[in-house]
Amino acid sequence: MRVEAGLTSVLSGWPPPVLDAGGPFAQPVVLLTWALLIGGTIVLIVVLAALAVALWGKPSLRRRLGGDRAIWIGGVAFPGVVLTALLIWGLRLTGDLQATGPRADEMRVRITGEMWWWRVAYLDAAGRTVIRDANELHIPVGKSVLLELASADVIHSFWVPNLAGKMDMIPGRTNLLRIQADRPGTYGGQCAEYCGGPHALMGFAVVAHTPETFARWQAGRRAPPPPEAQRGAELFRTSGCAACHTIAGTEANGLAGPDLSHVGSRRTLGAGILPNNRGTLMGWIADSQTLKPGNRMPGYKQLAPEDLAALAAYMESLK
Amino acid sequence: MRSETGFDPALYDRFPTKGERPRHEEAQLKRIWCAPKGWEYLTVVNNNYVGIYYLATAFLFFLLAGLLALVMRVQLAAPLMEVLPQATYNQVFTMHGTVMMFLFAVPMVEAAGVLLLPQMLAARDLPFPRLSAYAFWAYAVGGLAFFASLFVGLAPDGGWFMYPPLTSKSYSPGINTDFWLLGIGFIEISAIAGAIEIIVGVLRTRAPGMSLDKMPIFAWAMLVFAVMIVIAFPSVILATLLLEIERAFNWPFFDATRGGDPLLWQHLFWFFGHPEVYIIFLPAAGMMSMIVPTIARTELVGYRLIVLAMVATGFISFGVWAHHMFATGLPPMTAGFFSAASMAVSVPAGIQVFSWIATFAIGKPRFNTPGLFAMGSVVIFVTGGLTGVMVALVPFDWQVHDTYFIVAHLHYVLIGGMVFPLFAAMYYWTPMVSRTALSERLGKWVFGLMFVGMNVAFMPMHLAGLMGMPRRIYTYLPGTGWDLPNLISTIGAFMLALGIALFLIDMGRRFRLAPGGGNAGNTYGAGTLEWLPTELYSTRSIPVVKSREPLWDDPGLSDDVEEGRYFLPNSATGRRETIVTSPLLAEPQYLQIMPGPSPWPFAAAILTAGFFLALTVQAYTFAWVSGALATIAVLRWLWDTDQPVDQGDVDIGAGIRVPTYVTGPASHGWWAMVILMIVMGMIFAMALFSLAFLWGNQPGFWTKPLPLTEGLAIAAGYVGVVFAAWATRRLHRRGNSWATIPVILAAVAALLLTWLDARAWLALLPPDTSGQSAAVNAILCLQAMVGAIAVLMAGYLGWRAVKNLVSQTRNNTLDLTCLFVGYAGAQGLVGTLFARAIGA
Repeated sequence: MRVEAGLTSVLSGWPPPVLDAGGPFAQPVVLLTWALLIGGTIVLIVVLAALAVALWGKPSLRRRLGGDRAIWIGGVAFPGVVLTALLIWGLRLTGDLQATGPRADEMRVRITGEMWWWRVAYLDAAGRTVIRDANELHIPVGKSVLLELASADVIHSFWVPNLAGKMDMIPGRTNLLRIQADRPGTYGGQCAEYCGGPHALMGFAVVAHTPETFARWQAGRRAPPPPEAQRGAELFRTSGCAACHTIAGTEANGLAGPDLSHVGSRRTLGAGILPNNRGTLMGWIADSQTLKPGNRMPGYKQLAPEDLAALAAYMESLK
Repeated sequence: MRSETGFDPALYDRFPTKGERPRHEEAQLKRIWCAPKGWEYLTVVNNNYVGIYYLATAFLFFLLAGLLALVMRVQLAAPLMEVLPQATYNQVFTMHGTVMMFLFAVPMVEAAGVLLLPQMLAARDLPFPRLSAYAFWAYAVGGLAFFASLFVGLAPDGGWFMYPPLTSKSYSPGINTDFWLLGIGFIEISAIAGAIEIIVGVLRTRAPGMSLDKMPIFAWAMLVFAVMIVIAFPSVILATLLLEIERAFNWPFFDATRGGDPLLWQHLFWFFGHPEVYIIFLPAAGMMSMIVPTIARTELVGYRLIVLAMVATGFISFGVWAHHMFATGLPPMTAGFFSAASMAVSVPAGIQVFSWIATFAIGKPRFNTPGLFAMGSVVIFVTGGLTGVMVALVPFDWQVHDTYFIVAHLHYVLIGGMVFPLFAAMYYWTPMVSRTALSERLGKWVFGLMFVGMNVAFMPMHLAGLMGMPRRIYTYLPGTGWDLPNLISTIGAFMLALGIALFLIDMGRRFRLAPGGGNAGNTYGAGTLEWLPTELYSTRSIPVVKSREPLWDDPGLSDDVEEGRYFLPNSATGRRETIVTSPLLAEPQYLQIMPGPSPWPFAAAILTAGFFLALTVQAYTFAWVSGALATIAVLRWLWDTDQPVDQGDVDIGAGIRVPTYVTGPASHGWWAMVILMIVMGMIFAMALFSLAFLWGNQPGFWTKPLPLTEGLAIAAGYVGVVFAAWATRRLHRRGNSWATIPVILAAVAALLLTWLDARAWLALLPPDTSGQSAAVNAILCLQAMVGAIAVLMAGYLGWRAVKNLVSQTRNNTLDLTCLFVGYAGAQGLVGTLFARAIGA
């Protein structure tokens, strides 16, 4: 069996997400994009028509094109007017979309780019972490969420095109980005700043819930982790997994890799590149280097198939 | 008619002269400018050879980087392809961008300048032929060694923009990154050498009477291009230097955990990186403005507007760099400024496009191959320009930044703005250097395949970007829907490649280099001077220029020039020489004696390349030996220049006499030195900016600097250095035979002052402490480097004085040393005070 067979992107390209806004921080840019694409096409056609007239047009038409006046109109006046209008639109929109400090009662999440996954921490009003997670973000529909974007190593860029433009994650800085989804669903994203190695395989999912399901999700996260799937938990301890991963309520408290306290409830594995099920969990644990070459997790091919199955079952149980 | 230098323009009326010239004159010229044989092909300095070598090498890099692109296109043709492993792909895309930008585009246009400018300006050669040869060999050897790193898996893999901290020691421990930093840093030096050559060449070696408003538009383009290189390249040279120092010695310029800032790199890089795009575009636009009028058989519409547009492009391009950083969280005001400037820069581009359209409109355009490439260029470039306006809008850029939309945009701009004009130029100027023109029949196929292939390859990338496909990914997963646009792009890329392959076949069949005359000649019926009959010495005589298209306006010009009826129909001194003219009106000022072939520039280039490559692979002993030998080779090559000539002044035709030597601000050497000082000053200014930037962005890591009052003593010392340099020139002019002493002492003093300053700083802040300490020590290092060069120059001057080569009338070596030592003092003064003032 080829382990890559299960690889699927969390980001769907159709309809083009840049043109398919899921909320108010992407919607105005959709309008701008269409205006630019259509306007640009019209200008291109006009210039090509001018070139065609210059090459093949009637002498009278060509004479009108052939002088300083044409240059002033086509090269200076026309772009001057259009560009000024566009600039005003662009600047106003920039001001509207640029996130500043938190609004009252706004949900805040700190997302830290790591090589090559995303650390997610839900914050309370005082900025303390209340829920730890990785590679996906759960939000309620219809409410704006303020993201605090940071980096633990190199520069990454956070981009979920349906919800907002991208924002870089730069060591030593915290950049703010506001997102909001107006309809429930999963919105895919991918790291947009080249970060070396498997940069191509660094996906992210935003899951937008109705208020009820969001409340259920939150409650689930705050509840103590479910009882251990005995054998898997034992293997988790003895195989060294705990050195890098945390599972709340157990001795596992490693910080290098993603928090696995609720890994069973995640949509994807490996940062948005695999659906999450027993088979993919086994494949990932055994040989993540084939699935995502260069990632920081070593393979565990030495584990027997039944051990892998037990570990995967344990992971699945962590909802 | 007014005069610039006191030269009487009425003297131009003596030309063309009457009567036959003596037969032996032409034979003498041929002997002096003779073609190389055997090994001499390595030591030639004549632009007819160096220009062709340069072009051929740059084009080779275009083909190599193009092949890399094809491999990448195969890898991306479908999801999860395994043609290139991840690590190799990351190296390949880094090399594709780096090679295209640094080893193809800039050298290619610079090479075109080296080949074409002397012919267009009717000069015998560029003013510093040995510098051209050095720049070429350094680039060729360094570039090929750099490219070879790919074959051993050591090629850089951090992207052509090399953002730290990904490229810092922690995340890129291998020497791959050092190949980039040292290899490219070194090749930039060669680009600057070429730029100095071009500025002085354009401003000082034009044919008499070719005032700035009669200059071919390509020369204008190259002038703006070279000035932009002088302003922009120092920034990236400094950036590469700082990052290499951070990697080698752990000085934290870009390390946010210790008061450095990764964004400092981005500012330094893009302050170079965006002007770079116009640096590539302007010369190509200049070529367009030469080709379009010929193709349309009419003069260029809007010559003055185009010149204005080019100068404006140069200016505005330095105010747009941060549009590469809209997603880094710039303050809205800053983003707004850069957004506005990025839009404004499209206006001068629009002016040029409409000028070409207008020229086609009033002329009778021909649809030959250069014509087709010129027209195709307009279509592609306008498309890229329009998407450029789109991404200048911050909210739109937030979406498409770092996606394939940008990949599409930049390839439209660069292929439309540079590659297509270049192909037009290669078809257009081949008859000037080859016995036969290229095939028109095959040329139309080349154009068709390239034009269609280009659009098929890059148009779908706009969509892929809107579909969310980021740049620089070695693969993508099923389920994204990016498969189809990528497959189409791959097919287009191969069509484009097929067109280029046909071009190569055509070149192989038709191109026969004819530098010593016998070229195909003025096939397209152009009006500018490069189409005069030429030999290795360029034109037999140097015409008086009265219009922009002299060949159209004076049908007898070619014959008169060929019969020697204009300036310099012979060699006045029996050596290689060219007329140096005044910068504005091109009035003859003096006769420059030109250096001939020499092995030393070649040796110096090999040794310089050896120095940098040895540093990269950490063979330090070899590096230092190589560096020392390179310095000796450069001094040895200089030794032959600035030599006495018997004749004080000579007849350059029709009884007009000019001196064979001048000193001071009128000399071409003085001009080159002033430009070099601007380069050094820019590097230094960027270092000062780095310190100020870190203070503004990482104030938490700041230590109170040394007190300003303590620096005043050192500052006073530097003032003394400047004064001594100035006084030396005065003393020498008064005939004082010990006059070289003060400037030599001043150079040593400058270095000592830097040592004193550094000692004080090191006691307070060892360089690896913080961003501040790193930046301050970088400033001191630059100052020490300038001081060391000043001492070297002073030693060279002293040696020449001992050898009695610094005479009263021939003292350019003294002048230039004084200028540089004075500069060293001034820079030291600024640096000392600045480092103490920031954060005090």
